[in-house]
Amino acid sequence: MLTRIYAIVKKEFRQILRDNRSLILIFFYPVFMLILFGYALNYDVTHIKIGIYDLEKSELSREFIKTFNSSEYFDIVKYVTSPEEADRSLNDKTVQCVVTIPVDFSKKFYSKENASVQFLIDGVNGNTATIIMNYVNSATLGFSEKVSADILAKEGIRITRPLNIAGIFWYNPDLKTTEFLIPGLIATILMVICVTLTAISIVREKEQGTIEQINVSPVSPFELILGKIIPYIFLAILISILVLILGHFLFGLEIKGRIIYLAAGTILYIIAGLSLGIFVSTIADSMQVAFQLSTLISQLPTNILSGFTFPIESMPPFIQIITNLTPAKFFIIILRSVVIKGTGIEAFWQQYIYITIFALFFLTISMIKTARQRRTV
Amino acid sequence: MQEIIKISNLKKIYEGGVIGIDDISFSIYKNEMFGFVGPDGAGKTTTIRLLCGLINPTDGNADIMGYDLRKDKMKIKDNIGYLSQKFSLYTDLSVDENIEFFADIHGVKDYKERRNELLQFTRLTDFRKFYAGKLSGGMKQKLALACTLIHKPKIIFLDEPTTGVDPVSRRDFWKILSDLIKEEITIIISTPYLDEAERFNRLALFNNAKILKLDTPAKIRESLHKTVIEIVCNNIRSADKALKENTNYEIQTFGDRLNIVADSFEKDFPVIENILSKNGIEIQDKRIIPASLENVFIHLLKTKKTELQQL
Repeated sequence: MLTRIYAIVKKEFRQILRDNRSLILIFFYPVFMLILFGYALNYDVTHIKIGIYDLEKSELSREFIKTFNSSEYFDIVKYVTSPEEADRSLNDKTVQCVVTIPVDFSKKFYSKENASVQFLIDGVNGNTATIIMNYVNSATLGFSEKVSADILAKEGIRITRPLNIAGIFWYNPDLKTTEFLIPGLIATILMVICVTLTAISIVREKEQGTIEQINVSPVSPFELILGKIIPYIFLAILISILVLILGHFLFGLEIKGRIIYLAAGTILYIIAGLSLGIFVSTIADSMQVAFQLSTLISQLPTNILSGFTFPIESMPPFIQIITNLTPAKFFIIILRSVVIKGTGIEAFWQQYIYITIFALFFLTISMIKTARQRRTV
Repeated sequence: MQEIIKISNLKKIYEGGVIGIDDISFSIYKNEMFGFVGPDGAGKTTTIRLLCGLINPTDGNADIMGYDLRKDKMKIKDNIGYLSQKFSLYTDLSVDENIEFFADIHGVKDYKERRNELLQFTRLTDFRKFYAGKLSGGMKQKLALACTLIHKPKIIFLDEPTTGVDPVSRRDFWKILSDLIKEEITIIISTPYLDEAERFNRLALFNNAKILKLDTPAKIRESLHKTVIEIVCNNIRSADKALKENTNYEIQTFGDRLNIVADSFEKDFPVIENILSKNGIEIQDKRIIPASLENVFIHLLKTKKTELQQL
């Protein structure tokens, strides 16, 4: 039995290594996804392009403007000279926000009359606009606090703030989206690759008739499936390592928890993906159908239902139940726990069990289906 | 002679009611080259696939080397080789690697020497590093044969191995097979070509899921009890037409000559001559030739058809 499984593994490895085009694709796909999602799909708002319309041009106004220049959140990209230019700049997207400092800025400021500053924010993307609003608010607040403290100090009064809020976002202190996205990305990449590759590699044997030769040999369905899975487990492990390394170098991802938990979860998840691929191969008769079916069955649920792009908590209850059908949901919990939080096994051991059940379920169905197909024809 | 395969009342009805093979019974002897001959869809492939255990019979059974086809499939699989109609090797593996794979899955440990033998035997030694996909049709078939032989099977089933192969490679392939039969092996081959049927020790003529005739090629030819008159004349097409309109002879046309299946030369030739001269056709040459398997087969089909019409 072992020699037969080994024979299939050896053959499969040869075929994988020989097919340069697919091999490049297999390794290019994760890199592509990482770069695409890591850089393009970024919910972080930094480097807000700011235009300054300074009507006063005083020492104080320059000081105020400096607060925007000194943080990575803002980039002063231009100084406008008229309200029309301010409008135009917002329209043609050269700036996202225009700060208007009135003529009587210093006068009002020093006469304790409450000087006001106007912020015009591009509100096309509501999400971004709110974030910009918050940023300029806190920047302005910081400035006015600092200045008022200075003024009071000159008059010999020291003030302290009675209550100070010091909120820290635990696990992801800078609220970086990439940290949050990478686990989901790993889940998607692995699922798509595992399902598609196994499904296609088995269906190819059907399409080219080579399965006939295996069927007249003493190889059993179990040996065939195992021989098909093993090479892809190796390949998928390699890909996971690649994604983690890339995540580290491109986005500064650090694994906070124990690698062993991560490895165990990943291998279970890979097996779940492969068993889904085998299941697809029992349904599909041509490589084309297999490819379409496996992309559909792997990519969509993993992207949408796993909590990777949309939080599960905000889905309608019915959909929330459906999310349990995708192993990615559980794998992402493991990844977030181990990679980002660095928690111990007590936080995610149930997820291991769920993924294992998923894998066993599809493996059993596939083997029953294959055996039955052989019997009834 | 020792029976190696004994088929009893084997029947296969596919899903949807298509009859693959309808209640056939016969035996194949050890070390025999046995042919399944007949047109496409006659049931040749179905019978082979049933005997290989690739599909299950609807009814009936077979005994292969003392093993029950329904019960001991795995034991049978260890001892047979199967070459499917469609080329079914790994095109992205080399000749060597393909043979190695089949040796491995059959648990053949020291395959290297056997592989060299087989490569030499099939004259593929020079191509051993080539990918199977790059080989010509004839070479592909020879490689497939080498793969089916690697585990030294007692019986090999070859399903139309020469279909789509050029005549030279076809002859080459038959040469290899006749060398092979000298070893202790039983070969079962299906073919739609009647000219190849002469090469078999015995053959079964398949038609419409049934066996029309089963015997040695010579006996089958003799069974016709008819004479074949060959006539060379100037206008073949009108001669053919005239004879078909006026008589019930079976006629085959070949370029410049006609083969007429008749009861006897003495009785029938004057009739033929008469009809042809009436139509202004001059007989240039005439002779009596031995019946070919093709004559027999067409004769059998026609009588079958008239029988059916009479029913």
